[in-house]
Amino acid sequence: MSAGISPPLLASLLDAPLPASGIGWLDAARRDNREAFAAAGLPDTRVEAWKYTALRALSQRRFASGDAHAGACAIDAALYALPGVIGPRMVFVNGVFRGDLSALDQLPAGLQLQPLSGALAADAEALRFTLSRHYRDPGDAFARINAASASDGVVLRVAAGVQVTTPVQLVFVGALAPTDIAWHVRNVIELGEGSALELVEQHVGNGTQAHLGTQVSDIELRQGAQLRHVLVQNATGATLMRRSSVRIHQSARASMHMLELGGALVRHEVRVDLVGDGARFDGRGVFMPHGRQHMDTQLAIRHQALDTVSDAHWRGVASERGRGVFRGAVLVAPGADGSDANLTNKNLLLSDSAEIDTKPELEIYADEVQAAHGATVGQLDEQALFYLRSRGIGAGEARALLTSAFCRAVLGDMANAQLREHVGEMLLAHLPA
Amino acid sequence: MLKIENLHARVAGKEILKGIDLTVNAGEVHAIMGPNGAGKSTLGNVLSGRDGYEVTAGTVTFNGVDLLTLEPEARAAAGVFLAFQYPVEIPGVNNTYFLRTALNAQRKQRGEKDLDSMQFLKLVREKLKVMQLPDDLLHRAVNEGFSGGEKKRNEIFQMALLEPRLAILDETDSGLDIDALKQVAAGVNLLRSADRAFLMITHYQRLLDYVVPDFVHVLAGGRIVESGDKSLALRLEEHGYAGIAARHPAELGA
Repeated sequence: MSAGISPPLLASLLDAPLPASGIGWLDAARRDNREAFAAAGLPDTRVEAWKYTALRALSQRRFASGDAHAGACAIDAALYALPGVIGPRMVFVNGVFRGDLSALDQLPAGLQLQPLSGALAADAEALRFTLSRHYRDPGDAFARINAASASDGVVLRVAAGVQVTTPVQLVFVGALAPTDIAWHVRNVIELGEGSALELVEQHVGNGTQAHLGTQVSDIELRQGAQLRHVLVQNATGATLMRRSSVRIHQSARASMHMLELGGALVRHEVRVDLVGDGARFDGRGVFMPHGRQHMDTQLAIRHQALDTVSDAHWRGVASERGRGVFRGAVLVAPGADGSDANLTNKNLLLSDSAEIDTKPELEIYADEVQAAHGATVGQLDEQALFYLRSRGIGAGEARALLTSAFCRAVLGDMANAQLREHVGEMLLAHLPA
Repeated sequence: MLKIENLHARVAGKEILKGIDLTVNAGEVHAIMGPNGAGKSTLGNVLSGRDGYEVTAGTVTFNGVDLLTLEPEARAAAGVFLAFQYPVEIPGVNNTYFLRTALNAQRKQRGEKDLDSMQFLKLVREKLKVMQLPDDLLHRAVNEGFSGGEKKRNEIFQMALLEPRLAILDETDSGLDIDALKQVAAGVNLLRSADRAFLMITHYQRLLDYVVPDFVHVLAGGRIVESGDKSLALRLEEHGYAGIAARHPAELGA
């Protein structure tokens, strides 16, 4: 960013008053991150991590801070209802916590689930380490503005040894507002030793809006903890900048399924740190840009301990003028001997104007490591298409069948069968006719 | 049922079929034999509507309908079935789901009601038993990891389920051991009926020992150069295609 020029986006985001917490260290962290954002601005495409996602158009837009109606506007629960998911729930509308839409009574023993604002009021010190972070990387613009501006979000803690048997649902709704707004949420999720949790995270839209949402989630799995996390992003028209950082300690295991279906310009940075011996990450993802959607997934996995495993498989399907970006970087740090890393990204282009840029990267500094990675971009198999049609299946249905099979290949191991079925249907509904 | 007149077709700009005339009536089994490159598979592909085959002259009518104007799926619904020489593996698509989708898609095009899953399963079990195929075939992805024999038997199984009016078997005997060949032949024989016709494209006489044809045609150089009964196939087996070449030098470029 050249000095002296402040694009409208920057100016409008900096216009928002800092939320005042009255907590010294938190106010200081917010100020510092805000200053860093103001000084460095937005990354351009010369920053490697932003090479394929240009922010020029976004930088010319303005977003109001906050939505006065978000706390009370009507939201149809059908927007986020999921079969096989009935349990504790937190709902945010344009970044504002909505107790009336949430289900926080009758939480199972050992599960703490509350808005960040409430958790700070109750015990700020417990959040100090996570929330005092300074983001230093040139690509961190949205993490910085999030750290400066997010006044609410989810705090979820599972006590050691507790197995939460009902899935917990986190819902982020982008709702129509008089003007385009910017909202920010900050989530902190901690699974205690030997605990287990199934988490479903949804981004949905109530009407087509063009807000900017930022979200930063820190997820920590203590020794032996097990997380199953399904993320479905089906927002309408929104710009979403998300980062999920997952730290996995000894023998703990995170299994994540991520679907990117909606939004106008969406980016999800998934950072996985395998910090304890025997830690394991299983990641599956599907992104399906169509129309003029731009979907960017940045997956970075770092093996930092002995015998750690990562198994990550992403599929992209781009149609019309959709644009997909996938960067999968696996690092095996010195000393992380015996690590096993497997990363693939396969993509389908369903139209001549669609584009997918994929970049797998592998860096290995340890011994006795097994690592494989690969990426492909192709079209539907004409032989298979003809085979289906020769049996009487119409061309459109045959294409949909093959495309959905292509995506389902990475969703087949989703543990919640009802959810798996539902997500499969969402994929089908999302396919171009 | 099927009337082919003066059919000419090109593949990648090269003329492969150079005037085929063939009439197939309901209930008949016709074998199309011929040397490699004669145009046998091209004929099957043109009839089933595969992309990349350009018909430059001639007509094909099927039960009075101009077959060549129909999309492949419409040909299937009209009753044309092609058993592939190389059945395609389709990972991620369950065989049962595929078969039900195909059958109901055909029924819909014919204005018939969908079979629900109970009705469909009953039908499938019936056909599996008749074809002596294992149940687990249903639960696997279409042709994925199937052996050569399983793939060919799966083709015949699909034919049994879809009950076409005209079945085109494109080298269904190729790559089969004798046991698999007998099973495939038994399946075909079970499906022979007065209102169904077969076009069996084959390179060897072997299959015709088990599925006895009513007519045998020799395709060479893009034309049918000889037609006869099953004894023609036996003579071919004895003298090879060299004898044909001697009698029809123009078609074989000899």
